[in-house]
Amino acid sequence: MDKPFAITLNPGSSLANHTGSWRTSRPVYLDRLPPCNSQCPAGEDIQGWLFHAESGGYEAAWRHLTRDNPFPAIMGRVCYHSCEAACNRGKIDEAVGINSVERFLGDEAVKQGWKLAPPERESGKKVLIVGAGPSGMSAAYHLRKLGHAVTVMDAGPYMGGMMRFGIPKYRLPREVLDAEMQRIVDLGVTVKLNSKVDNILDEMKQGGFDAAFLAVGAHIGKRAMIPSGDAARIVDAISVLRSMEGEDKPLLGRRVVVYGGGNTAIDVARTVKRMGAEPIIVYRRTRDKAPAHDFEIEEALQEGVMVKWLSTIKQAGDKEITIEKMALDDKGFPQPTGEFETLEADSVVLALGQDVDLGLLNGVPGLEVTDGVVKVAPNMMTGHAGIFAGGDMVPAERNVTVAVGHGKKAAKNIDAWLSGQTYAPPPKHEVAQFEKLNPWYYADAPKTVRPMLDIIRRQSTFEEVQGGLDETTALFEARRCLSCGNCFECDNCYGVCPDNAVIKLGPGKRFQFNYDYCKGCGMCVAECPCGAIKMEAEEI
Amino acid sequence: MSLQTVKFYQTGTFTVGNRLLAPEERSVQANMQRTNSLNSGHRACQGCGEALGARYAIDAAMIASKGQLIAANATGCLEVFSTPYPETSWQIPWIHSLFGNAAAVATGIAAAIKVKRQKGQGGDVRVVAQGGDGGTTDIGFGCLSGMFERNDDVLYICYDNGGYMNTGVQRSSATPSAARTATTMPLGPEPGNPFGQGKFVPAIAMAHEIPYVATATVADLRDLEYKVTKAMGIRGARYIQILVPCPLGWGAASQDTILLARLAKETGIFPVFEAEFGEVKSALPIRRPQPVEEYLKLQKRFAHLFGKNPAVATIARIQAQADKNIRRYGLQARKGDH
Ligand SMILES: Cc1cc2nc3c(=O)[nH]c(=O)nc-3n(C[C@H](O)[C@H](O)[C@H](O)COP(=O)(O)OP(=O)(O)OC[C@H]3O[C@@H](n4cnc5c(N)ncnc54)[C@H](O)[C@@H]3O)c2cc1C
Ligand SMILES: Cc1ncc(C[n+]2csc(CCOP(=O)(O)OP(=O)(O)O)c2C)c(N)n1
Ligand code: SF4
Ligand code: SF4
Ligand SMILES: [Mg+2]
Repeated sequence: MDKPFAITLNPGSSLANHTGSWRTSRPVYLDRLPPCNSQCPAGEDIQGWLFHAESGGYEAAWRHLTRDNPFPAIMGRVCYHSCEAACNRGKIDEAVGINSVERFLGDEAVKQGWKLAPPERESGKKVLIVGAGPSGMSAAYHLRKLGHAVTVMDAGPYMGGMMRFGIPKYRLPREVLDAEMQRIVDLGVTVKLNSKVDNILDEMKQGGFDAAFLAVGAHIGKRAMIPSGDAARIVDAISVLRSMEGEDKPLLGRRVVVYGGGNTAIDVARTVKRMGAEPIIVYRRTRDKAPAHDFEIEEALQEGVMVKWLSTIKQAGDKEITIEKMALDDKGFPQPTGEFETLEADSVVLALGQDVDLGLLNGVPGLEVTDGVVKVAPNMMTGHAGIFAGGDMVPAERNVTVAVGHGKKAAKNIDAWLSGQTYAPPPKHEVAQFEKLNPWYYADAPKTVRPMLDIIRRQSTFEEVQGGLDETTALFEARRCLSCGNCFECDNCYGVCPDNAVIKLGPGKRFQFNYDYCKGCGMCVAECPCGAIKMEAEEI
Repeated sequence: MSLQTVKFYQTGTFTVGNRLLAPEERSVQANMQRTNSLNSGHRACQGCGEALGARYAIDAAMIASKGQLIAANATGCLEVFSTPYPETSWQIPWIHSLFGNAAAVATGIAAAIKVKRQKGQGGDVRVVAQGGDGGTTDIGFGCLSGMFERNDDVLYICYDNGGYMNTGVQRSSATPSAARTATTMPLGPEPGNPFGQGKFVPAIAMAHEIPYVATATVADLRDLEYKVTKAMGIRGARYIQILVPCPLGWGAASQDTILLARLAKETGIFPVFEAEFGEVKSALPIRRPQPVEEYLKLQKRFAHLFGKNPAVATIARIQAQADKNIRRYGLQARKGDH
């Protein structure tokens, strides 16, 4: 015994004491679904691509983004970004400017000439896509990536569908549209323009196609019964916007009455304003009831577009029209008041919505058409096996992002169908609600505002109205992301554990619990900023 | 590392680490090679703020002293839960003697090191003394005042959990007003710990005009590390009091330890500041101002203030104490602070 006085045991380490046995519940790491991702109609992994952008990895961010949506530069301009309405940061200060970062990445890709990766193998299957709008081109992209031979046929002279013949240039410059469309063609997709499909079954048979995806949109302007004199000039909004893309600009006169309260009405009014006319919108309900987005109405008003709310057109003459004032009843429906007014008008543009031209489906057995749109199953297949459909021609919200989402979903299902299987999407993680976060940790950072073109140029030219972010502002904006539900390696769990029971695995590798010592206090869960840890009851 | 506000990098310096910061700008605790001075397997309660605070402080002191550190520890939870014979959780040279003499033991060690250095033996070994609030503000106070007055080269760290927790939650002179403890029961006309008693040792330390006095909490890691590092860069007597919530003694949920420390600071109940030679030099401003109820209501030791008939007047007196701290130490929320 050569131990000091009164000492009989060698010093030991407390590591011998496995305090993990005290635990009644255990922390576990998990990925929750960020609300933005959950909301995105195109199913983008927004938090995932923002994560790359946060450290300046723009190309990695763009590659991550385009896994789901090949059109970030378009999205960054025309998407109504419902993701931002869902963004948790909105409960702290303002939502992350997801859409503006997306545009930055899209523009950067065009500038740097980043290319999409070609398919790894050829499947030997042939798929026909009808319509080169967002839905058709999105499906083309995903199907091509999966190795299928894809042919897109479109009746029109250019790719883009309503993005070219509806959405005006001042919101979507054509170079941007062309660049992102061409990138799909570069993947080896065959696009046949000026090629209307009259009968889908014949076309499939002739071309030897194994499946088809239809995305013909909704292009027939709805008419309204307006008593009018012979000389009255009444046209529909879609034709007006379409003619903007051609040589012959529409002749509408000086005073142009636009009838309707949707986005198309706003776009047509803003377009004719830029051509030097004086547009006035007539809409039967109030501003807050109008289907157009409020920011679009606001931008139109700023540019000098006039609006007559609560009014319907009673009669259209050669140089003037008669409108009747309406009043909302208790249920919020407009009712006639018997009060009339005349307005000077050289022409009336109807912007009352669009119908689908289903001519190519004549004689196809099994189809179900309700309210003028084609019914599809959850896998996007119509009632006729092997014919899938999406975008504006199926029952859904009509916008570019929904159309893109349909294209992706249809592609995955067509791919499975072609090999006699059914596509089962991976189970969704639970949503990372705001209550799961610890907002204390995020530094205050107000949203970066995108620059707007000056008002004079907005009234007289077709230059793009909204500008983009530059590198520093885009980086700042990306870093405003809270990384909801997904570990961003802030080291909090590793730091706050009083028992050193969190093992840091190193950059990019996240963390691991050491359950030998974790007492289950729950501090790591409470102090995780982004809600990427949860407590689970221990089975005792 | 110094206390600097990082230009917005998503979480600034609020989180322990931050992948967007250069490694040298991250906290000691973010480091994969941190000392883990107080290692796993210790017997502290679930969610113990003292165990956490001690590792935060001593790991930082180890970096600042380049690993040349000895700690003297007073009796109390920190000692009892870390060293049941023959085990130890300490990964640094560490000594325990008595409840009330940690400051004196540390003074002795510092004196011995000085002599050894004069004789050319041993390098620049630094000394930390540490203890609970009972061991510091009550029984060890004489030794502590002596250490200050002689300006001995020791950093004394008091882990303030507001009571004698190790022996069953008795009152100390650092127990807050109105708090229930085993010796201040919520009975009679003024239930809980009486108002007008107790003391705030950081202010008394300042009165000794020692080179450095600071307070910190386990909710502000970067601030805590900055203060320990700064203190270790100074010779002479230094004092840091760290607020370390105690789930057991406070009657709080184990996962709320950091939240409670944060609320103590954000309500003004616990002023976080630093002072040099008796003068306050800086204070950590309140970021999200809150009424004291937000802090009190999470703790069973204040449960008698709430319920059907809330003790409005008592809560108002506690609010007045917090407001006084805010005035005295200049804790007002400032615009532009992240
Ligand atoms: C004025 C206006 C502005 C809009 N602004 C926005 C906006 O800002 N943001 C937004 O998200 N959405 C907007 N939308 C809606 C959006 O444009 C559509 O929801 C979207 O383009 C629908 O995509 P799609 O692929 O289904 O069809 P479309 O884009 O309509 O494309 C269909 C394509 O199919 C072709 N086609 C049709 N029939 C045949 C056939 N038989 N044979 C071959 N080809 C055929 C057409 O030529 C066309 O190119 C707007 C719509 C309009 C009208
Ligand atoms: C001289 C002496 N008196 C009483 C005790 C019993 N005792 C041990 S720890 C302790 C309380 C410690 O309280 P504090 O210093 O606040 O530390 P905590 O346990 O709260 O961390 C007491 C009273 C003792 N060890 N020595
Ligand atoms: S903070 Fe980031 S992850 Fe969370 S909802 Fe907003 S963009 Fe998505
Ligand atoms: S903080 Fe540590 S002890 Fe507490 S639950 Fe998390 S890993 Fe376990
Ligand atoms: Mg104590």
